[in-house]
Amino acid sequence: MKDSLRALARDAVNSLRDLTPIIVVIGVFQAFVIRQPVDGLLSLVGGALLVVAGLTFFIFGLRLALFPVGEGLAHSLARKGSVFWLISFAFVLGFGTTVAEPALIAVAGEAAAVAADAEVIARTPEAIDDYAFGLRMTVALAVGVAIVVGVLRIIANWSLPILIISGYTLVVLLTAIAPPEIIGIAYDSGGVTTSTVTVPLVTALGVGLASSLKGRNPMLDGFGLIAFASLTPILFVLIYGMVV
Amino acid sequence: MDLAVDALFFVTDSALDVLPIIVFLFAFQWLVIGERMPNGGKIIVGFVFVVVGLGLFLEGLEHSLFPLGRMMAEQLTHPEFLLDTVEHAVAEFTWQDFYWVYIFAAAVGFSTAMAEPSLMAVAMKANTVSGGAIGVVGLRVAVAIGAGIGVSLGCFRVITGLPLPYFIAAGYFIVIVQTMAAPREIVPLAYDSGGVTTSTVTVPLVAALGLGLADAVPGRSPLLDGFGLIAFTALFPIITVLAYGQLAILRGRNSKTERSDRNSE
Repeated sequence: MKDSLRALARDAVNSLRDLTPIIVVIGVFQAFVIRQPVDGLLSLVGGALLVVAGLTFFIFGLRLALFPVGEGLAHSLARKGSVFWLISFAFVLGFGTTVAEPALIAVAGEAAAVAADAEVIARTPEAIDDYAFGLRMTVALAVGVAIVVGVLRIIANWSLPILIISGYTLVVLLTAIAPPEIIGIAYDSGGVTTSTVTVPLVTALGVGLASSLKGRNPMLDGFGLIAFASLTPILFVLIYGMVV
Repeated sequence: MDLAVDALFFVTDSALDVLPIIVFLFAFQWLVIGERMPNGGKIIVGFVFVVVGLGLFLEGLEHSLFPLGRMMAEQLTHPEFLLDTVEHAVAEFTWQDFYWVYIFAAAVGFSTAMAEPSLMAVAMKANTVSGGAIGVVGLRVAVAIGAGIGVSLGCFRVITGLPLPYFIAAGYFIVIVQTMAAPREIVPLAYDSGGVTTSTVTVPLVAALGLGLADAVPGRSPLLDGFGLIAFTALFPIITVLAYGQLAILRGRNSKTERSDRNSE
C-alpha cells in the first residue's frame, strides 16, 4: 500500500514535470511579450490539473497492469522462437497500444472537427465521430503492420536504412496522388502514434527479441521498431484519404 | 444529472479504448504461454486507473492544452500585438513580422524535449553502448535543438502556406545523405529519437498551435495548412542526432590520432 502510494506520487511528479516546460514558456511569454490579462485563467488551471491527474492515473495503471504482463509476454514469446506467434503478437501489440494512445484520440478528434468545418465531411456529430474513429483504426492498423515488419527485420536481419528509405520514397509517391486535405493529417499521424503506451511495450519486444537471437546487438537491432511505427501511419492515412 | 451522464460516457469511451490491448494480452497469456494471468486483482485495479486517467486527461486537454495552443497562436498573430513590434501597416504583414511566433515555437520545442523523461533513458543506454562517445547531455541537447527547429520551421510553413511535402521530402533527403555518412550505431537511435520527442503532452499543444495559426493568419486554411507541425517535430531531431553522432565520431578520431602521435614520439 505504502509502495503503491509512493509509485503514484512519483508518477504525479513525472506528469507535472512533463507539463512544467510548457507552463513556464507560456507564462514567460504572457508576462513579458504579450502583457495582456488572460481570459478564463481558472478554467485553464483546472484543465491543466485534470491533465496532470489524468496522466498520473493513466501511467500508474499502465505500470500496474499492462507493462509487466506485456513485457513478460514479449520476453517469453521472443525466447519461444515460434515465428507465427511472434508475428501475431507483434501485430496485436502495435494495434492495441495505438488504439489506447491518448494523444492519437485527441488529435484524431481535432482533425475530424477541422474536416467538418471545411465541409469535407458532413457537419454532424455522427459523421465527425465516424471520421475520427476511421482515422484511429487506420493508424492502429498501420502500427500493427509496422511492428510486424520491424520484428521480421530483426529476425531476418534486413537493413534498417534501406527499408526506411524505400518507405519514405513510397510516401513521396503517394503524396503526389493523395487529396491535398489529407496530407497534413497523414504526416502528423506518424509522430502521434509513438507515445506513452506504445513505446515501452514495443521497445521491450524489440530489445527482448534482439537479445534472445544469436549474433544480434540489442543496441543495433532492438531499436528501429519505433521508426517503422512513425512511417507506416503516413502511408496508411494517405491511402485512407484516397479511399474515403 | 447531465454531468453524471457525461461522466458515464467518458468512462465507457475510454474503457473501450483500453479494452483491445487488455483482451489481447489476456488471450496471448492463455493461448501461447498457457498460464493464467498472475495477480488478477492487481490487473483489475490497474485497468480502472488507466480508464479513469484516460478520461480525465482527455477532458483536461479540452480545457487546457488545446485552448492554450490556440490562444498563443491568436495573441502572437493579433494585428494590435504585431503593430507594437513592427512599424508598417496591417496590410503589409510579411512572414518576418511573426518572429515572436518562431521564438515561442522554438522555446516550446526545445524545453519540452529537454524535459522528456523517456529521452533520458535512451540517452543513458546510448552512452553505455557507445562506450562514452555519445554523451548523455549532448544527446539530449541535440534532440532538443532538433525539436526547437522543427516546431519553429513548422510555424514558418503554416504562416507562409508553402507546401508541406517539399519540406518533409527535403528533410528526409538530408536524413538519407546523413545516414550514409553517420556511424552505424547511431542510426537506429537517431531514427527512434524523432518519435520520442512527440510526447502525450507536447502533441496536443503543438497541434493546437498549428491549427490556431492557420485560423488566425489571413489566407490560410486549418485543413490544408494547419497540420504538419508534429511531422516537423518528429523529423528534425533525427537530423540533429545524426549530426551529433557524426561530430562525436569526428572528435573521437581526432583525440585518438593525437594520442597515437604522442605514443609514437
